[in-house]
Amino acid sequence: MAFMTDRKRAAGLGSAKTGTEHHWHMMVTSVALVPLVVLFIFTFGAVLGSSYEEVIAYYQRPFPAVIAILTMLVGFNHFANGVRATIEDYTGGMTRKALIIGMTCLSYTAAAFAIFAIVRIAL
Amino acid sequence: MAAKPKKGTFMADNKQDNRPLSPFMIGQYYRPQWTSMTSIFTRITGLSLLVSALMIVWWFVAASAGPDAFAVANGFLTSWFGDLVLFLSTWAMWYHMLFGIRHLIWDSGRMLEVDQSELYAQAALVGSVLLTIFVVIVL
Repeated sequence: MAFMTDRKRAAGLGSAKTGTEHHWHMMVTSVALVPLVVLFIFTFGAVLGSSYEEVIAYYQRPFPAVIAILTMLVGFNHFANGVRATIEDYTGGMTRKALIIGMTCLSYTAAAFAIFAIVRIAL
Repeated sequence: MAAKPKKGTFMADNKQDNRPLSPFMIGQYYRPQWTSMTSIFTRITGLSLLVSALMIVWWFVAASAGPDAFAVANGFLTSWFGDLVLFLSTWAMWYHMLFGIRHLIWDSGRMLEVDQSELYAQAALVGSVLLTIFVVIVL
């Protein structure tokens, strides 16, 4: 029997030492998303169900377009960081790394496609 | 790296029981409470919003691509299934927002008492349903 103790086993596995920045980031993006999401629900919701021409004309207006761009940008950023906390809570090792990288890439890809599309419609 | 030693090799193994671990405790070991249940649903609603977010991204990309692509994406979003997903997402959105605000309130050092927290949870749950109904009526 090796003299592996609970103390020895726990050493180095404690708090991550960092995380304040992550928490502050979640606070900033969540506060920003409160007005953004409300405005997005009522602008996107208002035009959903309209014809193609009406939708294009609607998103050529600056206000709905900027609201949509900001919601996608900040929303997917908030999602990437939120899902990261979830992954870190429930998984470990290689699974954790793969999931964090995968979800981060998915979030930025989705945001980029959305923003590109909205800009293309608006211009 | 050396191979993982078998269980029972180390002195500390005596204390490594198969005890239940958080977060898979609610229901089996913990009585569901307003605080714990509304907390886990904040996470579930946040994660599930990815579905409608990706649907909306698709809708924007299709609209930018042209009338034909738009017709397909718009047809899906306005179908009964798309409607159902967006309806549930609207509730999830309000829920996640109201309970996210609870975290901001907690972070400011307020409403940390159990009775206050439970009252907020009940009020926010009702609020999320009312706001969803409001959106359905208005839009």
